[in-house]
Amino acid sequence: MTMTRRQLLILLPAAAVAWDSILASTPEASPNYNMAEHWWAMLIDITKCIGCGSCVRACQLENHVPDGYYRTWVERYHIQDWEMEYPKVDSPEGGKNGFPAAKEAGGKNFFVPKLCNHCADSPCTQVCPVGATFISPDGVVLIDQKYCLGCRYCVQACPYGCRFINPQTKTANKCTLCYHRITKGLTTACCEVCPTGARQLANLKNPNDPIHEFLRTHSVQVLKPQMATHSKCFYYGLDGSVR
Amino acid sequence: MYPNEVELQWSVLIVLYPFLTGLVAGAFILASLERVFQVQAVKPTYRLALLTALAFLLVAPLPLQLHLGHPERSFEMYLTPHGSSAMAMFGFVYLWYLLAVLVLEIWLDYRYDIVVLSQTTTGWRRLLYRILTLGSTNISPRALHIDERAGWLITVIGIPSAFLLHGYVGFIFGSVKANPWWSSPLMPVVFLFSAMVSGIAVVMLLYMLLTTMRREPIDMCCVDTVAKYLFYTFIIDFSLEMLDLIHRIYEADESFRSLDFMVHTKLYFSHIVVQILLGTVTPIILLAITQVAKLNDLVRKRIYAVAGCLTLVGIFAMRWNVVIGGQLFSKSFLGYTTYKMGFVTREGLLMAIMLTILPFIFLWILVKLLPPWPEKTLFAKAASAP
Repeated sequence: MTMTRRQLLILLPAAAVAWDSILASTPEASPNYNMAEHWWAMLIDITKCIGCGSCVRACQLENHVPDGYYRTWVERYHIQDWEMEYPKVDSPEGGKNGFPAAKEAGGKNFFVPKLCNHCADSPCTQVCPVGATFISPDGVVLIDQKYCLGCRYCVQACPYGCRFINPQTKTANKCTLCYHRITKGLTTACCEVCPTGARQLANLKNPNDPIHEFLRTHSVQVLKPQMATHSKCFYYGLDGSVR
Repeated sequence: MYPNEVELQWSVLIVLYPFLTGLVAGAFILASLERVFQVQAVKPTYRLALLTALAFLLVAPLPLQLHLGHPERSFEMYLTPHGSSAMAMFGFVYLWYLLAVLVLEIWLDYRYDIVVLSQTTTGWRRLLYRILTLGSTNISPRALHIDERAGWLITVIGIPSAFLLHGYVGFIFGSVKANPWWSSPLMPVVFLFSAMVSGIAVVMLLYMLLTTMRREPIDMCCVDTVAKYLFYTFIIDFSLEMLDLIHRIYEADESFRSLDFMVHTKLYFSHIVVQILLGTVTPIILLAITQVAKLNDLVRKRIYAVAGCLTLVGIFAMRWNVVIGGQLFSKSFLGYTTYKMGFVTREGLLMAIMLTILPFIFLWILVKLLPPWPEKTLFAKAASAP
């Protein structure tokens, strides 16, 4: 097949757009996304987490998280016996590269993935002096990067240590629940790569979402319930020692 | 530690901010003693207290600006303040206090002097004083009487404003439920009384220092009265802090073990040694001695100087322990971090030292332009003239 110069000139811009789309790894916008039909949450099954750190790596790649800061991380808990108030916890590099073999013999070890809890009554949103942090109508706590002052009050107010100041943008940063993905019909990067399905994105407004069946039939818990933030990160198999 | 907690978010500049606003509020409340509560003994410090409050208030927002990741966006707090944020009110409280209270009160109090100076000086000073008159050159007895009444009214409004300014700073910390070291309804009250303590101490020290430098006799009746108020306020402040401490120890909630360990290790020197023993108990004992023992003027002066300096050190340590201490432990109550203060950095020690010195430079300029000394008050001179 031969191609004329005219055909090539027409084809080149189309190819450039296609290539740009491939490089950006962004699928087409979901034209049917309706915020009012979603109320996003995350279900984490601790019994399934193997501490491989794939979620942390995927998050850092997907969201360009600077080294030393974490939108999500994994903690390893070790509880020897009955002293659940004094667990030993480690999270080398946020669990990004997995965990070395446990030093302590006996007792129990388990992994706890953590991320922004996207609280319905989030303290970080409450304290932001200019409203740069806000809760989207579909229940995701987001930050307007062009509006944030970098005052760090939100970092202080988060009970879960989920926020940090991005040293490049000098603004607050945290998990967005991969908002750029979930609004296009995809799941989050961490859920996408989790080899055991320990993380599940859920839409609480969708009556057909499997989370409803799971919540009805299992004992689930949120982190620090005493904070009354109405966290939307539900944990199955959460030990009482986890903070 | 949660991995994002290793780095401290609020630096020494945020320690400086409540320290500076505390001095403002305290100095103003001391000034109001004479104006509203008719405590004539403290009159020699009245104008100095007002100028001190203004000098420190002008510097107070600078540490915040330097600390912001995007200071150029700080104006957004005026344009689109977030109603539920304690911090959003900062700009409004600050502007209200600066313009509606302090500047207005100083202007009304100095108006007679400014008008006279605009007529008796020459060159740039004349121009400056003429601008400062704002076109109001009427110094008839009736006009001055109106100034006096208006000044009184502003001071009355100013007292709750001063309470608001510093109580509000305490609320910024006290309302953070995620942080058990800060979260306490007592925090605004403790901040307020510590502010009064530091403000009274700084005005007392400045009055003694500047009067000595001017080779004028120190009005001991005035200093004794100021020291008496410092002593009483300090007792209330210390009682509140101890109440908070005892409550925490007795209640011993889930955070207690972690905080107790921190106080006995990382905060031991700054909290137990500097804040409580050196900066609170010692000055209270020294001031108590002056209240019960009959001491000559020289000894009392020396005691007041030492007690005043220790008080300022203690209040600064209190701010340090609140701001820095509140970030040294993990919100998981498992683990601690360390504050590494830079020297020549944007939020480093050098900047903090410069911002501490700057109010004194402002005060020097203000004192030169608007002499606060009672015997040099032009109005007083005119009144005593035959």
